[in-house]
Amino acid sequence: MNTVSIPVVPAASVAGMSTGRVIGAYLAEARSECLRYMRAPGFMLPIMLLPTMFYLLFGVVMGHPPGDDTARYLLVSYGVFGVMSPGLFGFGVSLALERDGGLLTYKRALPMPPGAYLLGKMLMAMVAAAVVILLLLAMGLGLGHVALSWQQAGLLLLTGVLGVLPFCALGMLVGTLIKGQGAPGMLNLIYLPMSFLSGLWIPLNLLPKTLQQIAPVWPSYHLHQLGLTALGLQHGVAIRHAAILVGFAAIFFLIAVRRLRRYG
Amino acid sequence: MTISSDVVARLDGVVKRYNGVTALDGVNLLLQRGELLAVLGPNGAGKTTSIGLLLGLIRPDGGKAELFGMDPQRIEARRRIGVMLQSAMLPFTLRVGELLRLVSSYYPQPRPLEESAALAGIGDLLNRPYGKLSGGQQRRVQFALALCGRPELVFLDEPTVGMDIDARRKLWNAMRALVAEGCSVVLTTHYLEEAEALAQRVIVMAKGRVLSEGSVDALRAQVPLARIRCATDIDPRAVAAWPQVTSAEREGARLLIQTSEPENVLRRLLDADAALSALEVQRAGLAEAFTELTREEGEQQEAA
Repeated sequence: MNTVSIPVVPAASVAGMSTGRVIGAYLAEARSECLRYMRAPGFMLPIMLLPTMFYLLFGVVMGHPPGDDTARYLLVSYGVFGVMSPGLFGFGVSLALERDGGLLTYKRALPMPPGAYLLGKMLMAMVAAAVVILLLLAMGLGLGHVALSWQQAGLLLLTGVLGVLPFCALGMLVGTLIKGQGAPGMLNLIYLPMSFLSGLWIPLNLLPKTLQQIAPVWPSYHLHQLGLTALGLQHGVAIRHAAILVGFAAIFFLIAVRRLRRYG
Repeated sequence: MTISSDVVARLDGVVKRYNGVTALDGVNLLLQRGELLAVLGPNGAGKTTSIGLLLGLIRPDGGKAELFGMDPQRIEARRRIGVMLQSAMLPFTLRVGELLRLVSSYYPQPRPLEESAALAGIGDLLNRPYGKLSGGQQRRVQFALALCGRPELVFLDEPTVGMDIDARRKLWNAMRALVAEGCSVVLTTHYLEEAEALAQRVIVMAKGRVLSEGSVDALRAQVPLARIRCATDIDPRAVAAWPQVTSAEREGARLLIQTSEPENVLRRLLDADAALSALEVQRAGLAEAFTELTREEGEQQEAA
């Protein structure tokens, strides 16, 4: 019974990575990604300020009676407008810049666990989206006296945090198509017209008939409808809009991943 | 023990083309455990492409690239390497300590933070944002990131570019410490004295092919030239006509002779001028050998 076991592979690093450490790597990546962008005001401020300023002007200063549906409608519109930008810009611009600057190449050479890079960015965008919605809610409830139940506020926050994901996927796709400084311009060309065409600035029923008819083409239209449902301004059909958004996200994401694999 | 168990990285007849232009044309490369290999060559020689293949960043069009006998794209292989690339813009807003902790988290058994920092000489920079550092300091941080995972093999692509002499010597010492631990190093560099000071083996590449491979001494021996300098009145044109003299010219008060047979030339020189003084004889350095090896390539390029 005196067997002496001799380890076949003595080198420590060959032993592989414990599950705990792999999870730790994912967490470290997400933490770094959030930290680095929260510390970059030039990056975060436009994302945060654009929707809050618009809402302050059109939703609060212009004034609507507290019980009015318009006040709630505007909260949803600017909420969706605000949620799109961390997805499009937080994901798209940073990916385009990092492909250009060599950071992505460096990360691919490192033993970073698969997907940690994208998951980190996704989490960053979700946090930023949550902050935007919370800011709007604070302004709406505090300054605009919008009548909302806690449940409705919670649902709107959830819609925002999850609703950023299709726009992450779209931003990612643009980030894989355009390298470097060209990306912000291209993303604005998508962001601003899409916001307008899906009725985020001017309610859809005030737009020409043709534009109303093609509105369901835009993912932001569906997120808007979901937001309206969350605040009780619309009934039923939430599942359908959610499913369409999932479909958009999946298609953008798959094409983007394919391009990343192929061209890096 | 099998022979292959000591091979940590290998390129086997690798061919790589970009849009029809051949970047690598049948490159073979073998790296043994604990060895420091320097890869030299002019720009566009294929050094970075070779490293990219070994890191799994690009795929070969022909032949095979292996890390520890595995496909370089396997994460198990990459957990055993450290990397310092030529151009990687690391996040400017993260502090040095945060970067070190992040990259360390990818590895199974990383070094303690302080040890990595001390090895790379950045112990005093840990709380500084990366973007606020000087170019040389950033290179040192990148070096720390390359070694923090306790790798068995480190790739250093032009590590000392932008460093002053003092920082460069410190990095050389750190590289020697790594090799002393049994770590293998692949080093690409433009500085020949760097290869001369550090490398056990040198590969010279040009135009996607390996021109020469061997120890620093063997590389030098490929160009069997010696330089003789002395103060003398002898006419350089007469010396140039002597057998085995490659060139002879006047450099101020001195005569400068290049020859493959310094002993014979010296004997004849001393006979010819009894008043000859300030004699120096020097073997050709790596720089001469390198120039000699890549000269033909360069001339072809200029002619094209």
